[in-house]
Amino acid sequence: MTENNSILKHRISRIKQIEKPVDMLGRVIMETAQSLGETTKLVMDTCSWIFRGIIDWRNTVEQMVEVGVGSLPVIGLTSLFTGMVLALQTGASSKNIFNEPIYIGTVVSFSLVRELGPVLTAIVISGRVGASIAAELGTMKVTEQLDALYTLGTNPVRYLAVPRFLACAIMVPLLSVMANIVGILGGLIITVFNWGIPSSVYWEDIFDYMDLSSLAHGLIKAVFFGVIIVTVSCYKGFNCEGGAEGVGKATTSAVMISMVLILISDYFLSALLVALNIG
Amino acid sequence: MIKIVDVYKKFRTNEVLRGANLEIMDSETITIIGGSGTGKSVLLKNIMGLLKPDCGEIFIDDIEITRLKEAELLEVQKKFGYLFQGAALFDSLTVSENVAFGLRNIGKLPESAIIDRVRECLSMVGLKGIENLKPAELSGGMRKRVGLARAIAHKPKYILYDEPTTGLDPIMADVINDLILHLQKQLGVTSIVVTHDMKSAYKVSNRIAMLYLGKIVSVGTPDDIKNSKDEIVHQFVEGLSHGPITLNLEKA
Repeated sequence: MTENNSILKHRISRIKQIEKPVDMLGRVIMETAQSLGETTKLVMDTCSWIFRGIIDWRNTVEQMVEVGVGSLPVIGLTSLFTGMVLALQTGASSKNIFNEPIYIGTVVSFSLVRELGPVLTAIVISGRVGASIAAELGTMKVTEQLDALYTLGTNPVRYLAVPRFLACAIMVPLLSVMANIVGILGGLIITVFNWGIPSSVYWEDIFDYMDLSSLAHGLIKAVFFGVIIVTVSCYKGFNCEGGAEGVGKATTSAVMISMVLILISDYFLSALLVALNIG
Repeated sequence: MIKIVDVYKKFRTNEVLRGANLEIMDSETITIIGGSGTGKSVLLKNIMGLLKPDCGEIFIDDIEITRLKEAELLEVQKKFGYLFQGAALFDSLTVSENVAFGLRNIGKLPESAIIDRVRECLSMVGLKGIENLKPAELSGGMRKRVGLARAIAHKPKYILYDEPTTGLDPIMADVINDLILHLQKQLGVTSIVVTHDMKSAYKVSNRIAMLYLGKIVSVGTPDDIKNSKDEIVHQFVEGLSHGPITLNLEKA
């Protein structure tokens, strides 16, 4: 009898041991599916307000200034030094192989326009703007300001998400164009002053190979990155719970998820665009 | 008239409302009392459609709101003013922009009329000359009063007060009580007040309802409630630590 009992107890504890990870896995899958569903709904709601033309333009312009003008210095600085280091490394590598620094303009411009311009801009924006969106909306959620919007006849998605969505979707590509220009100028400085190559050679290296489809390649990706940042940040803000700690968590996870999604989607978007012969 | 029929609401495993029933007549002030965390605010949010009950029905002027589409619900919500527990003022807007917010979205008043109405509402709650301040520059009591000015600005039919006197000094609490009475008497507004401040409840209410374990366990006039023989109501209104209501305190 006691032997049977101990076998039974042993089996139950084994089942519980197996149950725990299965239970956790199930919960993670359910929560992920729920988040994905809610995020899709948020994007659809936002797009539906935009397509119906119900847009608060004053608020949108304010957000565009916040996203765009506010990010100019940090993106300018980042891309300037990225262009400079690209020129330095390309020059050094090509000097090792060919005994002279060549094709610096080509490498710098292609790297920036197709990859680094959009990606670096998106990473900086997710840290600066994504964090601020998640923190602002999260604070509004935990202090009942989102509920207050409903009580005053305003839909929070229309009032808060739509302007931020438009601001990010428009300003991230524009900022990435600026990052390209500043980065290429950074490359020019190093090419001329470090490697002693005339600026005309640098510009020829760029314009002999650069085409509009490469620019389109970068811009399309930048629009997607902008949408990723604003969607993740708004979702995290709108679904924030648990006071100051919750706002902190929402902000951190908004930035982390945005960055990871930007880098992962960069590969798949590039593969798709290359397959479609865009750039 | 507002009618709440068998409303249930739970958050994950926490069952907050378990079959709440209540009828609220036009032009009356009803106070919902109950301990902290018993679901008073949740009930208010269900009435206004900010939360959807898991089951049950809520009728606002004979319209059942729990299954309305968002646009239809927004129309119903325009009948309400809501004073939030922490005022919930918009941080990025000034006091006057906060008070004018609902007017600009709900009504179609010209800008000059909006400015006049904002001034009128702020003077009703005893605030003048603070129109251009941001909420962060105000004291807790002032924030609450601005919240109240914002709630009444668009002349709603129903005003929901979530703990209107909590955190205010006794005199300011009484000013708010007077204001609730004034709005009901002068404008015929229907008020639903959620509080555990019994002094305020006795002063402003036509009726008081007690919420306990997710249900309305007793409804009556302030005198009925004061003299209630119900053990739960008696313990609560007298503020006694011993009785049927336990707070799950661990005994030392």
